[in-house]
Amino acid sequence: MARVLLRDLNKHYETFHAVKDVSLEIQDREFVVLVGPSGCGKTTTLRMIAGLEAITSGEILIGDTVVNELPPMDRDIAMVFQNYALYPHMSVRDNMAFGLKMRKFEREEIARRVKIAADILGIESLLHRKPRQLSGGQRQRVALGRAIVRNPQVFLFDEPLSNLDAKLRVQMRVELKKLHERLGTTAVYVTHDQVEAMTLGDRVVVMKDGWVQQVGDPLELYNAPANKFVAGFIGSPGMNFAAVSFQREGDTLLAVNHGLRITVPAPIAARLNGHAGRDATLGIRPEDLHLAGPDDDEGHCFEALVEVIERLGSEILLDVKVGPASMVASVPPTVRTRMRDTIRLALDPERLHFFDAETEVAL
Amino acid sequence: MIEGAKWRRWVYFHIPLAGFLIWLLFPFYWMMITTVRPDGELYRPWNAPNYTPFWTNNPTFEHIRYLFAETLFATWLWNTMVIALAATAISLVCGVFAGYALSRLKFPFAGSLGTMIFVTYLVPQTLLFIPLADIIRNFRIGDSPWALILTYPTFLIPFCTWLMMGYFKAIPKELEECARIDGASRWQAMIYIILPVAVPGILSAGIFAFTLSWNEFIYALVFLSSPQEKTVPVGVVSELIRGDVFFWGPLMAGALLGSIPVAIAYSFFVEHYVSGLTGSVKG
Repeated sequence: MARVLLRDLNKHYETFHAVKDVSLEIQDREFVVLVGPSGCGKTTTLRMIAGLEAITSGEILIGDTVVNELPPMDRDIAMVFQNYALYPHMSVRDNMAFGLKMRKFEREEIARRVKIAADILGIESLLHRKPRQLSGGQRQRVALGRAIVRNPQVFLFDEPLSNLDAKLRVQMRVELKKLHERLGTTAVYVTHDQVEAMTLGDRVVVMKDGWVQQVGDPLELYNAPANKFVAGFIGSPGMNFAAVSFQREGDTLLAVNHGLRITVPAPIAARLNGHAGRDATLGIRPEDLHLAGPDDDEGHCFEALVEVIERLGSEILLDVKVGPASMVASVPPTVRTRMRDTIRLALDPERLHFFDAETEVAL
Repeated sequence: MIEGAKWRRWVYFHIPLAGFLIWLLFPFYWMMITTVRPDGELYRPWNAPNYTPFWTNNPTFEHIRYLFAETLFATWLWNTMVIALAATAISLVCGVFAGYALSRLKFPFAGSLGTMIFVTYLVPQTLLFIPLADIIRNFRIGDSPWALILTYPTFLIPFCTWLMMGYFKAIPKELEECARIDGASRWQAMIYIILPVAVPGILSAGIFAFTLSWNEFIYALVFLSSPQEKTVPVGVVSELIRGDVFFWGPLMAGALLGSIPVAIAYSFFVEHYVSGLTGSVKG
């Protein structure tokens, strides 16, 4: 077990700056998820921790050791790859034992550890099989087993679930979480799937274009996104955005565009004082919209044209047009409405977000 | 498989296939029938009343006996085998390592080096044997097996290197990375993981190299002169065609026996060989 420290990490390829000044402290026993769209530098960061990519500048510490120059084998890590990378010519048992054999463990110790790992993952009956005789989920377990037997300081996961079908992915996600609870090994996990990131991570690191956008626990990212990118990336369906400008009317601040005329609640307005008269982006999550009722303040309601109705069972997603902007509203399954209807929606004023129109930083 | 009426299957599948097979196998059949045909039948004029070119009623092993008793055929077989195996071994070792390096390691000019190796393969042997003859004379290895063991790799190594390069590229690099995280050095990862996975590719490169050296003619013709040093293709042609007299029976017997080792090599490894050429690595 150990903490992992990244200090001003940079990676330059010949013409491409893949990772930019990434600094991150991963605590002992913590499960940290790097998430972002493809090409955001998350996998490169992970591979630098693993020692598979050279570090252009900056430092990586595992425990108290600077590992910049250490080869992968001396970093005491284990990695699970997206395509499992099982050795096709070896049985499951040999696959799991390979790392221990390379480290010259006693034969009995190898057998003992393989048995324990196989027990944990429920793959005792598969030990004699070759990887090609296994299903995707079983291969995934073997890949995990190969990481567990080594009992390393850090687990590295590179999109380990993305080759599985949707149902199995959800199941393995839960098992991974349980496994981490049980073993308590520090883990760094890379994924492009924000649901995986939110469910697995003690903390989540959102990356884009090589920069870290925000680091925080899942609810922090959800409730207080640092910028428009994080706001749109975290949450499903994504946050609704609308370009607005601020107008002052007496004591109240209004966010206005064609179709919207929203009264900004006082606590938020206090933060926005300097921005009156300037453009901004309003953000509101689909689950913070509801059909307007008698209790809703007029300043938080607006008209919307229903374009598409998605019935998901537990909720209904309404794709609506508000002035020029498209929005999605999540409403209870009991709501009855038809396409092309004009409805009145209300928003939860406490849950409003505003972002600077140019810098996209949260205001 | 072709769907539909029976006649369609015959017209589109069985008959063309049969024609193709006859076209392919007839030379081998001819070789075989000539081997066992007595001289009296072999040199019978085509308009003789009992002329039967496609079969014989009096099969004989006389030509094969002649080959072993009256010529150095056994020695030629042995020479060919030794030379082909040695040249293949050298080329495989070099080709596997070079192919691995060119496909996996990042070093300056890796790409252009690969192309250059391929270009050397394109230089025709009919040109290359002239300078090579000079080199062989300077090293005083003419008329010995070494003349061929050391010159065959000039075309075998580029060939093996390219085949192995393609094969190594098809092996996911995560396998190796995983091995290196598991505690293997680059060298161990190659020995324990990459080479075993690349066995089909290595086998096909080996079979190809073996066949090419087994059948090679021009270097063997130029660099060897004593009868007891010759290889099968050269020995059969130079010792069994005397002036304008063709000893067809022993010639064909020599050709037949000479092609057997290659046929055995192919049939043994045919499955590996096919998957090696199509580059399939099953995870």
